[in-house]
Amino acid sequence: MLNEVTLAGFGGQGIMTTGKFLAEAALEQGHEVAWVPSYGPEMRGGTAYCTVVISDRPVGSPIVNTPNIIVAMNLPSYEKFENAVKPGGLLLINSSLMDVRSERTDITQVHIPCNQISIDLSGSGRSANISVLGALIGCTNLLPWESIERVVTEKFAKKPKVLEMNLKILRRGYDLGVEGLKGS
Amino acid sequence: MAKLLMKGAEAIGEAAIRAGCTAYFAYPITPQSEVAEYLSKRLAEVGGTFVQAESEVAAAQMVYGAAGAGVRVFTTSSSPGVSLMAETMSYMAGSELPAVFVNIMRAGPGLGGILPCQSDYNQATRGAGHGDYSFMIIAPSTVQELADWMIRAFPLSEKYRNPVMIVGDGLIAQMMEPVDFDAVKAEEMPDVEGWATTGAKNRPRNLINSLFLDPLKLEEFNHHLKEKYERMAREEVRYENYMMDDEPELVCVAYGTTARIVKTAIDVLRAEGLKIGLIRPITLLPFPKDILRAESEKPHVKGFAVVEMSNGQMLDDVKWATLERKPVSFFSRNGGIVPNPEETVEFLRKEYERTQK
Repeated sequence: MLNEVTLAGFGGQGIMTTGKFLAEAALEQGHEVAWVPSYGPEMRGGTAYCTVVISDRPVGSPIVNTPNIIVAMNLPSYEKFENAVKPGGLLLINSSLMDVRSERTDITQVHIPCNQISIDLSGSGRSANISVLGALIGCTNLLPWESIERVVTEKFAKKPKVLEMNLKILRRGYDLGVEGLKGS
Repeated sequence: MAKLLMKGAEAIGEAAIRAGCTAYFAYPITPQSEVAEYLSKRLAEVGGTFVQAESEVAAAQMVYGAAGAGVRVFTTSSSPGVSLMAETMSYMAGSELPAVFVNIMRAGPGLGGILPCQSDYNQATRGAGHGDYSFMIIAPSTVQELADWMIRAFPLSEKYRNPVMIVGDGLIAQMMEPVDFDAVKAEEMPDVEGWATTGAKNRPRNLINSLFLDPLKLEEFNHHLKEKYERMAREEVRYENYMMDDEPELVCVAYGTTARIVKTAIDVLRAEGLKIGLIRPITLLPFPKDILRAESEKPHVKGFAVVEMSNGQMLDDVKWATLERKPVSFFSRNGGIVPNPEETVEFLRKEYERTQK
């Protein structure tokens, strides 16, 4: 088993954290894992992306050009990474921030309104990085729901209200992810 | 202990603490400032000392002072900062002091860029400073290995009373991987009373010095250093063999991050039936010269392929080690670009086909 997941968005969207949660859940499940950030002269509001490699063998190259799963949280990320998805792979698109459909027929695409989920359940779009994490787990066989639920619970353990809200957002993302995969 | 998901830079800091290091002096520089960020908080919790120095020159001199006082001490920097430390490195080897230096290499020369590179191989293995001295140079390839060698580096530097340097690049410092800090057992610092300036009450005084005005004494001292380095070469060479068990025809040589990419490329080519292996030097100094020389004598080995993020620095050592008995080819990306697996596969495939002619 080897899954390479690139998560991309704009700086400040929390996408690096989403990747970290994913990596921690994968580690807890006993997988080999590496989390690789895009680091460089980046700034808030610019593009930010990270790659999470989940494997049952020690991770070789942490540099991945053609990941089998790509999450695009905004249009610049979509434009940058649409063609990078490995044939047979999955492209998860945040449909709240872009109205696009990939022409590619060799990949699966799932459209999830990540910001809208967050707005509906919390009043703000700030937890779009949590809804997308749920959606990612829902539309892939990366990890069991319980593992990601556990990591998010640990992260917000000290803030029960924030936790409750984020778990709802995570679950809604997950459910829409499961549905989205069926509809794709 | 459960494995923690940690950035390489933070793992350096935590491993140093687990190793029993109590002093860290540094000046921030990308891509490893997180070591200082981490230790500025964490070192105080264990009663240690962190000073953010006014420059790398000062940070290295503080390391010199603390090492002379018999304290487990280290510093970290990146390429331009390490250049500034070169003078002190020479003095510390000349004063026979143990300490650990970490260079998270970035692309040079000059201020260069902040992205991963391996172009300080020569600076590290040839000694950045003046005089007949060497550091032991260790190049981990994963965050776990980075932590393991941080814990081993202190006792190694004390065994030889000579600084040890760990080299990595921005990728290994910035990426997160699982780390088990109990994988390597920390060792107590040996008795320092014989040489450290710990207060001379009731014993003859110790002197930290690298000045020998009598040439015969200096020659004798330099011979003594040579013996230490020869012993290091006998006892400390470390390397990893990857896919070397079935008489590979092409032998790759790569270290650190690059070795990981080569491993992935080898996996791809092995699936096609190409017999390619990798020797990954873990110690760049002492270099696994004898291992490579022995490979060069084997009839099934048709060639060597070096992959490096530099214009070809370790390449010279591979040519020297193998005496160029077999062709030594070279692939590199530079300037902060990490070779990707696809282009590495293409290079190795071409070189392998060449060995078949």
